[in-house]
Amino acid sequence: MLINQFLLLGAALFCIGVYGVLARKNGVLVLMSIELILNAVNINLLAFGAMHQGPAAITGQVFALFIITVAAAEVGVGLAIVLLIYRNRTSVDLSEVDLMKG
Amino acid sequence: MIAENIAFGVLAASAVLAALRLVTTKNVVHAALYLVVVLASVGANYILLAAEFVAVVQLLVYVGAIVVIFLFGVMLTRAQIGHESELDNDQRGIALVTALFLLGILSYVLIDFFQDDKLPELTGVSKATLQATRGTGAVGDAIFSTYLVPFEVVSVLLLAALVGAIVLARRD
Repeated sequence: MLINQFLLLGAALFCIGVYGVLARKNGVLVLMSIELILNAVNINLLAFGAMHQGPAAITGQVFALFIITVAAAEVGVGLAIVLLIYRNRTSVDLSEVDLMKG
Repeated sequence: MIAENIAFGVLAASAVLAALRLVTTKNVVHAALYLVVVLASVGANYILLAAEFVAVVQLLVYVGAIVVIFLFGVMLTRAQIGHESELDNDQRGIALVTALFLLGILSYVLIDFFQDDKLPELTGVSKATLQATRGTGAVGDAIFSTYLVPFEVVSVLLLAALVGAIVLARRD
């Protein structure tokens, strides 16, 4: 297998995630797009790990595991923030959250 | 070799198509279900990359836990379950241009740099060597020796996230 096929899949998922973060205004959907981005990064890490022999082969897997853990923490806190926005404004429309806009 | 490539093609196509539907669908619950398809396809890709432990963790944590959290989020924010037209903002054009620009640059750089580099063949390697170098046991060894300190830091991070989420979501 070519290494590029995995890296290009990761790049495609990353760009779709970026589009989702920019174009969506529902807070929950933005968080889902962020998950897409994190998954794209994980594919890259595993592909780069699989490129190598010896001890470096395992590093990619360990990093991917750490990223999965951090993503779980991020979703928990992120959804709590979205819930708080919903409670204060009775909507999760992120384009209405502009209190800090200059 | 050919079977691997066919499997990759099917998985990559389902991942990309489901991801595209995820960012364009008008229904929040459907988006969560498309996320399941993307995450499962990516997890299967991990198996193609000989990372079976990460693939299982992906299924357990992402498909099992995170998607359920998302569905709870959809439920608690009372998003309309049916068709909803107000999910996208007015920057769709700019977002599309940005994403395509990024994809173009990334593809150009990747194809230019890696060209036809191949992943090392694993078919000829003996099972014992494979498990010692990249199997689940090797992952465990690495986490609890080389990466012990980051592992502990991550556990503290999870605790902090847990406390933070409770503090944020609690009604006073």
